Amino acid sequence: MSTDNRFSPHLATRRELMLGAGALFAWAYMPKLAQAEGRDPRLLVVILRGALDGLAAVAPVGDPDWVRLRGDKGLRADGEFAALPLDNFFALNPAMPNFHRLYQAKQAAVVHAVATPYRERSHFDGQDVLESGIVTPGGSDSGWLNRAWSVLQPADRVAARQAFAVGPITPLVARGKAPVMSWTPSKLPPASNDTMSRLIDLYRHTDPALAKALEERGALAAIAQGDMNGMSPKKIAATPGVPGAAVRAYFAEAAGAAAKFMARPEGPRVGALAFDGWDTHANEGADHGRLSALLGALDGAFGAMESNMGGAWKETVVVVATEFGRTARINGTDGTDHGTATVALLAGGALKGGRVIADWPGLSEQALYQARDLKPTTDLRAVLKGLLRDHLRADEKALARDVFPGSEVVKPMDGLVA
Amino acid sequence: MALDPKSQAATALHRFGLAPKPGGLDAFGSDPRGALIADLSRPDAGQIRNDDLMTSAEALRAAYDFRQEKKAARLARRAEEEQDRAARNEMAKASAKAADSKPDMQAQNAAPAAPPNNDKPKQQPGVPQQIFLDEARVRLDAALNADVGFAERLVWFWSNHFCISADKGVTRPVCGSFEREAIRPHIAGKFVDMLLAVEQHPAMLMYLDNAASIGPNSFAGQRRGKGLNENLAREIMELHTLGVRTGYSQADVTSFAKVITGWTYGPPRLDNAKSGQFIFNERMHEPGPQHVIDRNYDQAGVAQGEAVLRRLAAHPATAQHIALKLARHFVADEPPPSLVERLRKRFADTGGDLKEVSVALVTAPEAWDAPRTKLRKPNEWMVSSMRATGIFPSDVRPLVNANTLLGEPLWRPPAPNGFSDMNDAWTDGLASRLDIANRFARQIGEMIDPETVAEQSFGPLLSRDTQETLARAESRAQAVALLLMAPEFQRR
Repeated sequence: MSTDNRFSPHLATRRELMLGAGALFAWAYMPKLAQAEGRDPRLLVVILRGALDGLAAVAPVGDPDWVRLRGDKGLRADGEFAALPLDNFFALNPAMPNFHRLYQAKQAAVVHAVATPYRERSHFDGQDVLESGIVTPGGSDSGWLNRAWSVLQPADRVAARQAFAVGPITPLVARGKAPVMSWTPSKLPPASNDTMSRLIDLYRHTDPALAKALEERGALAAIAQGDMNGMSPKKIAATPGVPGAAVRAYFAEAAGAAAKFMARPEGPRVGALAFDGWDTHANEGADHGRLSALLGALDGAFGAMESNMGGAWKETVVVVATEFGRTARINGTDGTDHGTATVALLAGGALKGGRVIADWPGLSEQALYQARDLKPTTDLRAVLKGLLRDHLRADEKALARDVFPGSEVVKPMDGLVA
Repeated sequence: MALDPKSQAATALHRFGLAPKPGGLDAFGSDPRGALIADLSRPDAGQIRNDDLMTSAEALRAAYDFRQEKKAARLARRAEEEQDRAARNEMAKASAKAADSKPDMQAQNAAPAAPPNNDKPKQQPGVPQQIFLDEARVRLDAALNADVGFAERLVWFWSNHFCISADKGVTRPVCGSFEREAIRPHIAGKFVDMLLAVEQHPAMLMYLDNAASIGPNSFAGQRRGKGLNENLAREIMELHTLGVRTGYSQADVTSFAKVITGWTYGPPRLDNAKSGQFIFNERMHEPGPQHVIDRNYDQAGVAQGEAVLRRLAAHPATAQHIALKLARHFVADEPPPSLVERLRKRFADTGGDLKEVSVALVTAPEAWDAPRTKLRKPNEWMVSSMRATGIFPSDVRPLVNANTLLGEPLWRPPAPNGFSDMNDAWTDGLASRLDIANRFARQIGEMIDPETVAEQSFGPLLSRDTQETLARAESRAQAVALLLMAPEFQRR
């Protein structure tokens, strides 16, 4: 089957507009105020769908409760898979050397214990809130990035100055009135082994014959039940269920292409893409295994963005956000369940980086949100509003009114941009 | 086991129809049997009215013209190349003479000639393929737009029963028109009328080689020393009517083959009123009476073959054969014998009235009580996926390609017995279905709410396990893929 097939909706509804978005013209302006300062800023938003375990990406190795919570499933400052130090409290997952290098060069930062205003634990609703910028799930057909672009004052009318989305579907965050151009990588995201193992699990409970049929196609029993502890990294990489070279290649191609387009003088200045696969309920594999491989792929995407932006990297901010975090403790299947606060990862030459920004809530029993999750102490909207205001020069009132409605009390975070 | 009305409606639409479109479950909830029967009682049930489509005769003529144009273009191109080559040779000779004084010129001439001006657009399908795709599109639209889909499902069933294959090149442009002309008008009519329409259709006469079958003692047989082709006669008995091992002999096949010699079609090149149409060619027909199974047939001309077909349609073995196939297709690999008997009796009692037989199927308690075990075949699965999600493709080719990938290439069955109706044939393709589901889900995942689609499609049939799996999915796209792969969607 061809990979470039386009499906159009039956009815001319909201769906048609979204599908058609890829073919529409551009956002025809560049931000006037920023340009007046002689800057030409770029903002790329990366959505991680499935809820990234922030504690496994950036671990509070200096927190006295950390080892008690995660035990040997948590990252450590020393040992075979030693985490990469960020400061004397936090350490980065060792799968992310690119991000670590950028951090040391003050071109990357971490915001920890951050969350959207959403406090339930449904992926879809959480993604809606994250991307729409509206507190109520399903409350909007447009995303905050699109609305932010709409409120920026136009400078010059250049046909090709436009927002940009990568993937067969424009992520909600970029959808809206302002038209979006989109591009689909030649490689579709590989069929996810996570989807496969969920399906096998469903079949096992409901239709053993189908389970058998699917399992026989690739000795996949290991995915659902296998335990990867004690395996060598090489062996893990060859294990079904652990994202392999195809995932790495897709992440790098998608992010790299976005950067390449945005780096062009006449290219888009705002872009969005989404990566799936972060829902690590079982065999999370933070230090070696599935999550480690995913973070490695994301790290490769950072590398691709940096190199493909070229000279524009110094005017770039990349923000990586996810719908919510995961439980502070490891669950009964060596994974983590849906939680609350997590990390946002920032990178780019325009950033005032080299910092972990956190009002750290602690990990003691009393400190955990509902006695299970990392407690949110920073509103993600503050981070995003700070970037939109200081990087793209969006008006603060418009941010509170149109981009993140009802967020007047959430002040934009100061000093994110150099 | 008595189902509540909503479960009955869901069962009906999935088992006998195509998956309900958004809202469809409620619309048919009060009287699902009535809705199924009403679908067949429409005056044009199963039919497609579309003036843009070619008749088989027109399609065969268009394909013939296309081949002729291609041939002419090829010849012209060859002549042109020949001239070019001659001219180049002349120039080469001339420049060789002048080589001493003009070395540059020689270098230019030694360079490889530019490729011939080959500007036929590669992506543009040829006429036969374009007709095929147009027909595929119309067929898909009929299924996507159907309210209930029972009539369309019957079209697919009968089209597979009386299958032809586009892989036999000449039939490619008429695969769709064959279905529209020979199958669709009769799904709620008499079996014998469908049988006659099929066996006298140019597409079937081409596919099973009868068009060239010549009676040994006919005028043509005597003159050309060519002869009989038993293919169609055998498959009519084995596949279309009686069923295999039902008592007919090789002698019956041979004599039946003689009976239908001369059943052919007018050559498209003649471009007359009969070109591309069924004709009875007396000069190819084996003269004289024939004995087939238990009767003598001494009719002259085409009436002889029609008489055999009428007899085969009315034969008790045919009723049994059709009853089992219908029950197997709709209900279970090994359907309840009482259901098969019910259908057999209805077929026999009504002289093969297909509407009556179909009504007997959807009113039989066995057809409702049977557990949902049948795996949907690939095309039914994909069409149902689109109907349930309400997202229809703008281009039919991805669907055609996906059907091929999943082992059910449109109008291209591997053999004259069509695509299998047994689950075993399709379980191996499950992993490929997941790939397709993934791709579809990534394209449409964010446009729909998977839990709502699941509820609207299955209502009370939706299992708690599936509901939970969807609710826990990490993204809408993943939930859509899981829904399309869920047992509720795969089986009916």
